[in-house]
Amino acid sequence: MTTNAKTLYDKLWQSHIVDVQEDGNCLIYIDRQIIHEVTSPQAFESLRAAGRTLAHPEAMLAVPDHNVPTSADRATAINAEDSQIQLDTLERNCKDFKVDYIPMMDARQGIVHIVGPEQGFTLPGMTIVCGDSHTSTHGAFGALAFGIGTSEVEHVMATQTLVLHKLKNMRVDVDGEVGKGVTAKDIALAIIGKIGTAGGTGHVIEFTGSAIRNLSMEGRMTLCNMSIEAGARSGIIAPDQTTFDYVMGRPQSPKGAAFEQAVAYWKTLPTDQGALYDKEIFLRGEDIVPQVTWGTSPENVLPITGIVPNPDDVTDKDRKIAMQRALDYMGLTAGQKLQDVKIDRVFVGSCTNGRIEDIRAVADVVRGKKVHDNVTAWVVPGSGLVKLQAEEEGLDKILRDAGFDWREPGCSMCLAMNADKLEPFERCASTSNRNFEGRQGQKGRTHLMSPAMAAAAAVTGHLTDVREL
Amino acid sequence: MDKFTRLSAIAAPLPMANIDTDMIIPQQYLKTIKRTGLGVSAFSNIRYHDDGSEREDFILNKPAYRKAEILIAGENFGCGSSREHAPWALKDFGLKCIIAPSFADIFYGNCFKNGLLPIKLPQETIDLLLDDASRGANAIITVDLENQEISGPDGGKVSFEIDPYRKHCLLNGLDDIGLTLEKKDKIKDFEAQKRLSQPWLFKD
Ligand code: SF4
Repeated sequence: MTTNAKTLYDKLWQSHIVDVQEDGNCLIYIDRQIIHEVTSPQAFESLRAAGRTLAHPEAMLAVPDHNVPTSADRATAINAEDSQIQLDTLERNCKDFKVDYIPMMDARQGIVHIVGPEQGFTLPGMTIVCGDSHTSTHGAFGALAFGIGTSEVEHVMATQTLVLHKLKNMRVDVDGEVGKGVTAKDIALAIIGKIGTAGGTGHVIEFTGSAIRNLSMEGRMTLCNMSIEAGARSGIIAPDQTTFDYVMGRPQSPKGAAFEQAVAYWKTLPTDQGALYDKEIFLRGEDIVPQVTWGTSPENVLPITGIVPNPDDVTDKDRKIAMQRALDYMGLTAGQKLQDVKIDRVFVGSCTNGRIEDIRAVADVVRGKKVHDNVTAWVVPGSGLVKLQAEEEGLDKILRDAGFDWREPGCSMCLAMNADKLEPFERCASTSNRNFEGRQGQKGRTHLMSPAMAAAAAVTGHLTDVREL
Repeated sequence: MDKFTRLSAIAAPLPMANIDTDMIIPQQYLKTIKRTGLGVSAFSNIRYHDDGSEREDFILNKPAYRKAEILIAGENFGCGSSREHAPWALKDFGLKCIIAPSFADIFYGNCFKNGLLPIKLPQETIDLLLDDASRGANAIITVDLENQEISGPDGGKVSFEIDPYRKHCLLNGLDDIGLTLEKKDKIKDFEAQKRLSQPWLFKD
């Protein structure tokens, strides 16, 4: 065992240290920042007030996503004045500070974490930040990517750096092959089920193992996206040929000799043999079955074949109370079969599962079938480019024929900041990442699952094991 | 930024685990372009009834705790979304210090940027403080950041750990952008190096 063997995280960290402070904190260089309308206005406001400028406006990309309408008449559909103010403020700030801005009506517009990779703005080996916790998504490229608060957004704007302390190394290894109907989302939920929503706190999780290496970039992004739900600020996967193939030829990725030079560097990033992790977790791909959440935290997750758990079965007092509260909120009874739970809505979309592969998975399940009469089902592509590609492949037709609403790109019902939300007590099969109380609308009930599982539920009208459809 | 040195105040017990930032400030209140004014909406889903009236069972609505400036909470406080609106809302509400067994990383960092002090303590100590806090307005708890010490109403003391840099910034109300800008030359040197080793990262 060599002592100077480094993990991927160690390498990403060390290659960005500008200064080591006496107290052990480091000034870390930030290569890229993405901004959206919700968490940037206060940063620009303070920057102006202090008379400061942007260190590197060209290292930033702005796109509105949280507030934008996803209906066909989006250009005129914003009826909330405060939403319009946020969108206008972003546009004006980008103009004033010369930041590359993708307007709502541009074909490239979409959710920040889908747009960055699509544009080649996200590259391996980088540090990438955004005022949004799901920035961990970009870790799929072997980049150190994490969400930050608005004060930190401002700090990066002004200095291109952040003061950080190094986190611990954690490895989550998923070896073996996953079965049919089991996706990256199921792997992510199974991991959270195993380690809990605080399992990764204070750590950067590196995902390793053959089940991870076999994932497409889309699947890897889904997995890294959910690392924050396991408590880790970042999730990372070593870059490999799958990564390089995805990056090549994107609008902002390096071209020609520069690309070759970059790949040579990226190949030095994977964890060295013998490097040590502070914490290691092992799962077998074969053991993972399609997952679905039953409660109000992503860790309240079970195989679809399971039953709603009973608070009486747990001894810890606080956990018992939390569980009962979750069941009351979700309107479920202990002992009920998960597959018997009827749903009202289906939401396919978000930065977790709004990419082309996700939409293909839904189309595969519903081709030639119909959405159940009692269900309203939506597909919200993660970006305009995803939407265009899906339409080129004829997926929108399959979905529309089945009775899905095919919408414009945005965060939509992932967090219900605009008109897209659940009514009180409506129950939703959702491909997003959070099932917190009120997340998809006040008193709305969310069951997290994969796109294929959400599609199966759309057809039958209740939670369904997609493998049996 | 506001300084934090020493605080003697009422502490409210809210021993729930996993209080997420959606719970601290729901998404419908994020459509603001300001940092202030979020206090009335803090915890709104558990603080108000649907008709907007206050829920009597919510701790911060009880007469003894309306002026609480310290919150004692359960593990994994502030998990979920990175929204800095969460500490802004807590601060605007009047809270200055949150004590819990553990915090989510992003929330923890965000507190310091806003003059809010998050303190991590072992569950056994939290249990004692919860006991103190349950005595309402009669129980004043003192948090002394300089000496990293909390004293209960009966004079018992516990010490806490804190990152020295963050402590320094909080004690002096320092703006860390200003501090970083003093290292401008180091940043420039780093960039110059990086332009040579990874030229593809630079667009200009
Ligand atoms: S899709 Fe959901 S999780 Fe992703 S950035 Fe938008 S609101 Fe956040």
